Amino acid sequence: MEDRLALGDRYFSSRLLTGTGKFASNSLIGPMLAASGSQIITVALRRVDPKAPPQDNILSHIPDTVTLLPNTSGARTAKEAVRIAHIAREAGCGDFIKIEVITDMQYLLPDNHETLKATEILAKEGFIVLPYVMPDITISRRLYDAGAAAVMPLGSPIGSNLGLEMKPMIQRIIETSKLPVIVDAGIGRPSQAAEAMEMGADAVLVNTAIATARDTAIAGRAFAMAVTAGRMAYHAGMAGHSNRARASSPLTGFLRE
Amino acid sequence: MSFLTLANQYQSFDFKTYFNSIRPEDVQKTLDRGAGGLKRLETRDLLTLLSPAAEDFLEPMAQTARELTCRHFGQIISLYAPLYISDYCSNHCTYCGFNALTAFPRTRLTMEEINREARAIADTGIRHILVLTGEAPAKTPLSYLEAACRVMARYFSSIALEIFPMTQSDYQVLHRAGADSLTVYQEVYDQAVYKEVHPKGPKADYAFRLLTPERGAAAGFRAVNIGTLFGLGNPKAEAFMAGIHARYLEQAFPHVEISLSLPRMTRAGGAIAPKHLLPDKGFVQTMLAWRLFMPRLGITVSTRESAAFRDRIIHLGATRYSAGSRTDVGGYAVHTTDTTAQFEVTDTRTVAEVADMIRNNGYQPVFKDWEIF
Ligand code: SF4
Repeated sequence: MEDRLALGDRYFSSRLLTGTGKFASNSLIGPMLAASGSQIITVALRRVDPKAPPQDNILSHIPDTVTLLPNTSGARTAKEAVRIAHIAREAGCGDFIKIEVITDMQYLLPDNHETLKATEILAKEGFIVLPYVMPDITISRRLYDAGAAAVMPLGSPIGSNLGLEMKPMIQRIIETSKLPVIVDAGIGRPSQAAEAMEMGADAVLVNTAIATARDTAIAGRAFAMAVTAGRMAYHAGMAGHSNRARASSPLTGFLRE
Repeated sequence: MSFLTLANQYQSFDFKTYFNSIRPEDVQKTLDRGAGGLKRLETRDLLTLLSPAAEDFLEPMAQTARELTCRHFGQIISLYAPLYISDYCSNHCTYCGFNALTAFPRTRLTMEEINREARAIADTGIRHILVLTGEAPAKTPLSYLEAACRVMARYFSSIALEIFPMTQSDYQVLHRAGADSLTVYQEVYDQAVYKEVHPKGPKADYAFRLLTPERGAAAGFRAVNIGTLFGLGNPKAEAFMAGIHARYLEQAFPHVEISLSLPRMTRAGGAIAPKHLLPDKGFVQTMLAWRLFMPRLGITVSTRESAAFRDRIIHLGATRYSAGSRTDVGGYAVHTTDTTAQFEVTDTRTVAEVADMIRNNGYQPVFKDWEIF
């Protein structure tokens, strides 16, 4: 069977999610998507202006074949996130929603508590909810109970390019989560994206590193290749990775026979 | 602890001696720590970066500032326009053409006129508005401002206020009416100078003004923009005070976006000759020092600055520009002849021209970066 990423009732062959923020020009988004093969792209609803001329309207730069993942950037509370999700749906952005509730502008770290509350409400309303959280096993379990479609732990703060600062915590979420795990934020280099995928992440979201590269299309392609390589390595069950024990027979199984 | 405590502590600080004691090695050390934005720079580092010794390090400071800004904001400049709705003022600010002693026909726009102005601005593509008045609560009471916000909310996705300092509960009323951001400049942090240039009127109360950003943040505004008017006090000391004020607000109100502006007096414009001109080099140094000190700080640059200068400083940490500005009441659509402006607009380009300039510099002009919800 084809190795696809399942989110809600949808399947994706690309495991690289991208973003629309921070590009020097919106016209770079289309070529980046084409080069990277990314099938999901996140858009801050606060940036969407249907009244703007096409060149300034982000949505007009995204092909119909790519799934829009509106995000609630700017929300400080669950209530605001829910409100933004409703506006996104009314604006025709579909049923996907990335919940981003940030109450700390200094480090831009997500507020897990409010994010969980918003997830509960929006999942009940039929949204395909992708919550962006601080890596924490308990929150990832509760998000599952709340009906989230995935959990998106951060690798390191947004825009920091520090990579998998949270690696041990993300590892634990990968080991325990019943939801797809999408590592979001802080991935600054393709090698870090590959590392997340090797660990067993189901996908990664990369925005800043691609959007601020000198050649955004080539950067997108490099990340796509890294994600594929990381995924292959994970499937190959290479030594030193946690899925190795699962992929091969337990060494001591015979003792129980 | 409010910022007043901190501000008071620095009133007797000997900035001059301290600044002059900083050596190039100190600057290098601070730059090494600040590179990559991994380590947080402290108050002492801000002093170091503003010192005369740091003037020889503007290029490496600029490189770091550019990288930090790009990572946190992207290759983006947000655009806004100011809308002056009333020029009545009961204050006596010696440096301002709107002050109570200046005789000129004063104007206060009606709601219908505000509507016309707003539409004219929105037609240029602008989605973020900054609403300005003088300080004359009798002429522009809360109910007037509230009604003005409601009119503005029809046209704009973000409404910022630059009006007279209010109480927290009055700000809450305007917040509910659609205003989401607050701009208030201390003008000058040095208390002696403050007293001298604000001899009369409600603005003479230093502390009430100083704590305005805190009241605004507590009232629920999502963004607060502060600054000092360069020209009144010692520029390096003022830049430092504004910087630590921003840091204080960032820590006291972590959910609020903090930004700084650098309005500066010029020799020609204004009612009095500025005591301390801030040269272009000093302007740039201030901007860079602030950026390194606070990597996520918003930095706003208005059309007080010349077109040529604004074109260059896009790369040095700025995040928000005004464009197509009129600083006279009714200047966009209501009046056809020129009336008195609070300050002269130096960059007189249209919104479209400023947007093109931003694109030509490899940045994206962003018209909408908020949603009133
Ligand atoms: S600076 Fe403001 S408060 Fe002072 S006189 Fe001018 S308009 Fe009035």
